[in-house]
Amino acid sequence: MPEMITLKVNGEIVEVAKGSMVSSAVAVAGAKMFRRSVSGEPRYPLCGMGICFECRVTIDGQPHCRSCQIPCRQWMVVVTDD
Amino acid sequence: MSSSSYDIVIVGAGIVGAACAAELARAGLGVAVVEAGSIGGGATAAGMGHIVVMDDSEAQFALTKYSQDLWRELARELPHDSEYEECGTLWVAADDEEMAEVHRKKEFYGSRGVRVEALDEKALRGAEPNLREGLAGALLVPADSVTYPPCSARYLLEQAQSFGAQLFIGKPVVELTGNGAKLSDGNFISAGISVNAAGSWSPELTPGLNVQKRKGHLVITDRYPGYVRHQLVELGYLKSAHSISSDSVAFNVQPRATGQLLIGSSRQYGVEDKGVDHHILRRMIDRACEYMPRLSKLSAVRVWTGFRAATPDKLPLIGPHPEIKNLFLATGHEGLGITTSLGTAKLLSDQILKRAPVIPVEPYLPGRDHQEAAHA
Repeated sequence: MPEMITLKVNGEIVEVAKGSMVSSAVAVAGAKMFRRSVSGEPRYPLCGMGICFECRVTIDGQPHCRSCQIPCRQWMVVVTDD
Repeated sequence: MSSSSYDIVIVGAGIVGAACAAELARAGLGVAVVEAGSIGGGATAAGMGHIVVMDDSEAQFALTKYSQDLWRELARELPHDSEYEECGTLWVAADDEEMAEVHRKKEFYGSRGVRVEALDEKALRGAEPNLREGLAGALLVPADSVTYPPCSARYLLEQAQSFGAQLFIGKPVVELTGNGAKLSDGNFISAGISVNAAGSWSPELTPGLNVQKRKGHLVITDRYPGYVRHQLVELGYLKSAHSISSDSVAFNVQPRATGQLLIGSSRQYGVEDKGVDHHILRRMIDRACEYMPRLSKLSAVRVWTGFRAATPDKLPLIGPHPEIKNLFLATGHEGLGITTSLGTAKLLSDQILKRAPVIPVEPYLPGRDHQEAAHA
């Protein structure tokens, strides 16, 4: 069994393997979207390497964090747009 | 080669040229505007768009106050994309010495009919929670505002066009005389009066002008709505912006209608290179973080530079060239061109049309003695 990490995504408790990126946790949580574009369209990770900025979420109160580049930490609080 | 004739040819479609065009065309004159680049593509696009009443000198106060009143009037008709917003300025005092300056400014503005309010440390924290703790206070000037200058310039030119003005965009001028402007394509736009409103490029068209390029950097962040509520400027800004010789930086942050933040500012003389100077950019951001430590957590999306058109006494040149007949100047607005564009247009037009000006024109006449003004 890999070591597991527990965090919150949109208020739901999610468990992921240590080393998982926040984007994986958001996917596991089944969030409707990662963010909304300026014109209101839903957005999801595209490049997976920190270039496209489509996967931005709010982490521990800090908006515009690229979820595909940030490993999950214990009891991180992640919020997506809805 | 062809030739066309106008009452006025204005070189430069920045905010100053645009405002002059609108004012002169509205007065019934035949106006041509010639621009080498794009509308509002120079300092107009590079700057913050802070419409601010200043107290550096009585003449600067008179022109900025007059202009701000004109902006408030214009705001009623400005389109949405001009993003005119009366967010007010907070002049932030870091210590007791600067707090004394808050009270001096309060007296200066208050006695001249500008609404102001002194904020103590607690009130400042309440007004701007993302500023660091321990700042002494601030002076709030509620009627100061911000705009997105290129769109305001475009609007003013549309106004000019609606009164018959002709635009020649993307047309570099190779020679400007009192008789008109010769374009690089060989055409000549002849006019009874020529106006050099080419900002930091104005000395290239009219050699001998006492206007120097003063480079600045700005950063724009991603969208963080509500992070900053007023235009924030450190009072130490007065010290750094006044330093005429050396490179300087100051904490100067502006909330945009999009929720983005503009972070400035820097001032450098003697630099022609448009590239980002990472050393001064670092100093500028470090300075901003001294006032707003969590700024370092925000993400910046773009950095750019621009050139202010600076004069030795920090006042613009508005009026006839002292030697060249029928050549007028509307340049040298340094970092206040957005604010003072509307007042400049009035004062220039008053001189051309022989109307009585609302404020005295003498301090801005190009023929004046260019000593550095004594600080108020």
